[in-house]
Amino acid sequence: MIRRAARSEHVSGWLFVLPAVALIGLFGIVPIIWGAILSLQQNDLLTPPKWVGLDNYRTLIHDPVFRASVHRTIVYTLLFVPISVGGALAIAILLNRRIRFSRFYRTAVFIPVATSTVATGIIFNWLLEPTYGVANYLLGQIGLGPYGYFQDPDQALYSIVAMTVWGWIGFDVIVYLAALQGVPEELVEAAKLDGAGRWAIFRNVVFPLLSPTTLFLVVWSTINALQVFDEIYVTTHGGPLQATTVMVYYLFNQAFELFHGGYAAAIAYVLFLMTLVLSVVQLWIGNRRVYYS
Amino acid sequence: MRLRLPFSPWHLVLIPLSALMLIPLAWMLITSFQTLSESRHFPPHLLPSGLHWENYPDAWNAAPFGRFFVNSLTVTLASVAGNLVFCSLAGYAFARLHFFGRDVLFVVLLATLMVPFQVTMIPTFLIVKDLGLVNSLGALIAPNLVTPFGIFLLRQFFRTIPIELEEAARMDGCSRLGVLVRIIIPLSLPALATLGIVVFLWTWNDFLWPLIVIASPNESTVQLGLASFQGAHQTNWPLLMAGNVMALAPMLIVFVVAQRYFVQSLASTGLKG
Repeated sequence: MIRRAARSEHVSGWLFVLPAVALIGLFGIVPIIWGAILSLQQNDLLTPPKWVGLDNYRTLIHDPVFRASVHRTIVYTLLFVPISVGGALAIAILLNRRIRFSRFYRTAVFIPVATSTVATGIIFNWLLEPTYGVANYLLGQIGLGPYGYFQDPDQALYSIVAMTVWGWIGFDVIVYLAALQGVPEELVEAAKLDGAGRWAIFRNVVFPLLSPTTLFLVVWSTINALQVFDEIYVTTHGGPLQATTVMVYYLFNQAFELFHGGYAAAIAYVLFLMTLVLSVVQLWIGNRRVYYS
Repeated sequence: MRLRLPFSPWHLVLIPLSALMLIPLAWMLITSFQTLSESRHFPPHLLPSGLHWENYPDAWNAAPFGRFFVNSLTVTLASVAGNLVFCSLAGYAFARLHFFGRDVLFVVLLATLMVPFQVTMIPTFLIVKDLGLVNSLGALIAPNLVTPFGIFLLRQFFRTIPIELEEAARMDGCSRLGVLVRIIIPLSLPALATLGIVVFLWTWNDFLWPLIVIASPNESTVQLGLASFQGAHQTNWPLLMAGNVMALAPMLIVFVVAQRYFVQSLASTGLKG
């Protein structure tokens, strides 16, 4: 009786997970392995592939466009992550106060979260249009500009940073606000009674309690920053003069515009490795500093 | 009695901040009511000379937006339904059933979460091509029917439900599936809502995958259609903004109306797009 029940649990267990395992197997696990094989091939995604061993990786190391794309991706990440996470922390603390119109302020900050990356790109194309754009007009009022934004190779990547921070910061604020709900009122009150100033309370009480959230957001934003693509595709197409050709844009260009499938797969694996190394390093450094209550 | 809050100096920070967040959307809306010549003017007219509604029917007729909406809705609803069903089944098995290979399988599924989409994208394209799905909605639905993230989320939630509830039902002769459908699911509506909302946002706004597998306007999603609409009407900003407003409006309205649920879901998961 007991053995039959146990056997039936094996059967029903597998039946329950079967659809999910089949789908994730076909569209998740097989592609991971196939991608590794692909990166060792010359493959135009149409005709039969040719085996080339590590040639794709060797070519990558010396490909000046690829090296530049890695450099740009890192610059983008180094700007995007601190600005969006740091900015979100400041905004979340402001929004966490009991203040009039706070519902309105929150909605204003959250609304870009629901705005698609494509729509964001099109809006900013117009906003940052050098001749008629409203950004140059508004900045002109305070004596700045005019700027070329997406059309200026020296400003394009920074313009992408500004646009993507606008689009993503609301999500970080949402996560921080949820974490702030978990900061016990008593602790803050106790620190106040002990005569701690606002900054001291933030530095010594609130910030340590938020550190697991900060670590999560830093890791998560870094992963997303390394994969930035949509907004670039819609605005600059990697230009001008390749100034915004980041890794994933180069990968897309190699795979689906030039049909160098094997070469693109090698880029994807380098990206994977970078993501993994950065996440592990961040978690390792972070976990030694994070305060878990 | 309502407490009257004193005027806070922080409004002086929050007002410019809100302006910064809202100006892009407001400017989109204003431009969508301008004429073409009005939009090509510097300094810009901050208010349109009148409400030029004609940009909206013009945009609607310039690209098959109706088709895009039907496609996006089909793909999104199918993905949400697939995730709710398959992740519930798998999540329940991982939470409650002891079957051969369970723990190894669970770790393998979770590990796939670590792999960037760009790594699997090219082989998945080849698989979809071999299945004959390229340029069909099937190519957008099939790989999105289930996510390891959803399995993980539901498994964690199911484990918090007291096991005694199930045991009683099992004693009364209820099957495993019966337990899942009659007891676990009704108690897990918040978690299922979270999964549904996240998959909805994510699928609706997805761009890169449709860009790769879809080539014809007839099978385009809203995001893909919007991108090619921009390509076709380069500098006709009022027309582009009208199209953008139409494409964005349903999601933004749903988001603002149901903001509380969206915010809770996003806060508890950590995912956008």
